[in-house]
Amino acid sequence: MGNYNYIPSSPEEQQELLDILGLKTLDDLFKDIPEDLKISELNIPNGKSEVEVRREVEKMANKNQVFHSIFRGAGSYNHYIPSIVKQITLKEEFLTAYTPYQAEISQGILQSIFEFQTMVSEITGMPVANASVYDGSNAAAEAVNMCIDRKRKKVLVADTSHPMTIDTIKTYAHAMGTDVIIVPSKDGLVNDSALEGLLDEEVACLYVEQTNYFGNIEDCEKLAEMVHQNKTKLIMAVNPIASALLKTPFECGADIATGEGQPLGLPMNFGGPYLGFMATTQKLTRKLPGRIVGETTDNKGERAFVLTLQAREQHIRREKASSNICSNQAHCALTASVYLSAMGPDGLRDVATQCYSKAHYLQNELAKINGFEPLYETEFFHEFMTKSPINPVELNERLQEKGILGGMPVGENLLWCVTELNTREEMDELLNALKEVSLG
Amino acid sequence: MKLVFERSKPGRKNDFIPALDVEVATIPDKFNRQQALRLPEISQVDMSRHYTDLADNSFGVNNGFYPLGSCTMKYNPKINDEMSALPNFGQIHPFQPIDTVQGSLEVYYTAEKLLGEITGMDAMTFQPAAGAQGELTGVMLIKAYHENNNDFKRNKIIVPDSAHGTNPATASMVNYETINIPSKEDGRVDLERLKEVVGDDTAGLMLTNPSTVGLFEHDIIEITEIIHQAGGLCYYDGANLNAIMGTVRPGDMGFDVVHLNIHKTFSTPHGGGGPGAGPIGCKEFLKPFLPNYHVVKVGDKYEFETPEKSIGQVKTFYGHFAVVVRALTYILTLGKEGIPQASRTAVLNANYMRHELKDTYDMAYEGPCMHEFVMTLERLKKETGITALDVSKALLDNGMHPPTMYFPDVVKEALMIEPTETESKETLDKVIEVFKQIKEQAYQDAEVIKEAPINTLIGRVDETAAARNPILRYEF
Repeated sequence: MGNYNYIPSSPEEQQELLDILGLKTLDDLFKDIPEDLKISELNIPNGKSEVEVRREVEKMANKNQVFHSIFRGAGSYNHYIPSIVKQITLKEEFLTAYTPYQAEISQGILQSIFEFQTMVSEITGMPVANASVYDGSNAAAEAVNMCIDRKRKKVLVADTSHPMTIDTIKTYAHAMGTDVIIVPSKDGLVNDSALEGLLDEEVACLYVEQTNYFGNIEDCEKLAEMVHQNKTKLIMAVNPIASALLKTPFECGADIATGEGQPLGLPMNFGGPYLGFMATTQKLTRKLPGRIVGETTDNKGERAFVLTLQAREQHIRREKASSNICSNQAHCALTASVYLSAMGPDGLRDVATQCYSKAHYLQNELAKINGFEPLYETEFFHEFMTKSPINPVELNERLQEKGILGGMPVGENLLWCVTELNTREEMDELLNALKEVSLG
Repeated sequence: MKLVFERSKPGRKNDFIPALDVEVATIPDKFNRQQALRLPEISQVDMSRHYTDLADNSFGVNNGFYPLGSCTMKYNPKINDEMSALPNFGQIHPFQPIDTVQGSLEVYYTAEKLLGEITGMDAMTFQPAAGAQGELTGVMLIKAYHENNNDFKRNKIIVPDSAHGTNPATASMVNYETINIPSKEDGRVDLERLKEVVGDDTAGLMLTNPSTVGLFEHDIIEITEIIHQAGGLCYYDGANLNAIMGTVRPGDMGFDVVHLNIHKTFSTPHGGGGPGAGPIGCKEFLKPFLPNYHVVKVGDKYEFETPEKSIGQVKTFYGHFAVVVRALTYILTLGKEGIPQASRTAVLNANYMRHELKDTYDMAYEGPCMHEFVMTLERLKKETGITALDVSKALLDNGMHPPTMYFPDVVKEALMIEPTETESKETLDKVIEVFKQIKEQAYQDAEVIKEAPINTLIGRVDETAAARNPILRYEF
């Protein structure tokens, strides 16, 4: 098997084409390749039938353990994905289309992106959004690049941010020759006075996450005021579910809003693919990287959508482009907008309220068990830190036996996450298990 | 088509989640959202119809011929999608304990071995999210290598003028200056010019082979040696790997680092512009610089390791896992005979189309070609006023996607055609016929072509107005 998989032409037809070309064998087509460079064969297994491949891949999948009860977030969230979201996004035209350069036959994809941009704009309150980037950390790194210029080449990053996002910003910044300075925290929030001391005329921006990595709600309005006095920009990353309840980046005074769109209908998928979103002010529109879809008209005056502002992009500006991004995450963006349409404003608020209420229930009840006191006395959304009476990795091993994925170990402590999918029964089961752990 | 917001009616709701089973908690006023959240309020049946409308007005590989040069729009096997959607992959949290994710790590480990063999590379990372990010990661490895040698004078990357726009943009993001070298008349790299520009400030060379004009650089060994002798490294842009897989490997041509567009060569759906995946492979000496989270096998167990001089991370977590599952499924299906067979058939189909069209349209370069070929419509434009864009729009009316237009930049009025291996002779013959008819019509009735397309949902769009006065969201 394997020889003619997905090749419609038969050996006879291929010979017919070769005859027309005046060639004997397929090898004759490769005469430009020096003989000594050619390999005789690949050292990989033979091809297989669909049944055999299915068995082999399913065998790999079955080596994973699926937890029936998940209390871990830290950048990847277990939310309910309605059936309609899964079915709509499986449509072949969406899956197998290319980037919509040919507007006349791509109105569906273009319109879906325009709708996505509108929804991101609504979530963040910012007037302009792009058509998505790879993930939340790339949105952060690209936002940083939007802010730096010749005079301002220093970047402040709150140490309350996701560690992998901090690392991604650093990798990008090192390449560009930008200095990254980490702003220390106090009691789980950005330390104001430390920030004050770091602001100078070379600081381009401050990156802060709402809610932050520890689940805490930062006072972003105050941070915006502080950095703006120094003509420094504020990049504020938001959790899109929490945004249904929390002050928007626009209301806080942010210059750029970014975020990870995975909670909006994308499976956890062992970390990918996810969805980065970016939104900004009118003023910064032309600095926004990646794809953007705009509304226009066709030659009959009808409404039409098209990829626009392409003069910013790498295929036009080449080395002068400010980003090399060319693809976006169109299919993930589609998933997010189908999810948001299915939920509607009330549905999204309900999901957010359930996350918030259940997380507060769990934190309250945990505080009653010896050793699980809250680490911080701050407001939080659906994630929070507690102490752990025993080594958190060991604690999780005990929960694992019961099919529970416990809080994320952060040093000696635990970062818990609760979503609308965690039932009270499940939480009580967790609490009982933890009582055993703390007693034993 | 109505926008989803225009189908919205206040009060329409869907129930997906059960009622709250704990006491309601409320956020303190200070942090409360003030602006109303405006999202569509729409029933499931209307949603279903809305998105069916959008799908009907999108053009995928399943809708028709898609000969986009350098983009390799081949058939996307359905088994790949099913395997990537297995619940035991999808429901896995990226921060689960290592012994509960052995299957996912095996996917990465197996894919690394297979793709390493196909590219002739010693190690791979799957973290990059797309080809462009693969390029960025690859050039970061080159930078890290030089910096590790305390060699800070190398600040230039050499790129042929026919290169994809991402190459120079990537070099800029790594603070390198791009040195463009012109191609010779036959479309290949000018060795003399290359020797002139190379020096002790050369960090590296970025090249695709076959080149963007569909030709194999037969002097490739000499090219990579020139760079290596000057102390630079060679980066392989994997956009055109579909032409040569199973026949020749970038690693054997002297390349040190390579990215793959696995959504192209390894047949994962483009998704209307993403997600793709852009893993990179490298030679042993660059392995210590790879991004975090490299999968290794220790005894019977898979584990993550952080390479000793890692550049860090280029994104959160480990990569586009679900996309990698699709590529792995594809490679397991084709195997050692199928991989070269796919590539050879792609080259055969391209040469057949080129052969059948060469008396009708001017070819930019002498044949034979690899998996794609470039036509130049300069003469047609002069004689009839019909441009590459006009021909493309006329193709839309014939139920096919146009070729890549106006690329590479070095060819005037360029159309770059890549039929891929997954098209039959009947399809190719039909398309050849359409191309011939359009040419004929250009000389007989050019005005009709200028009006194209007429059978599509909308006519030609006003791109200038869109850019001049950007409307980027719906106003309620």
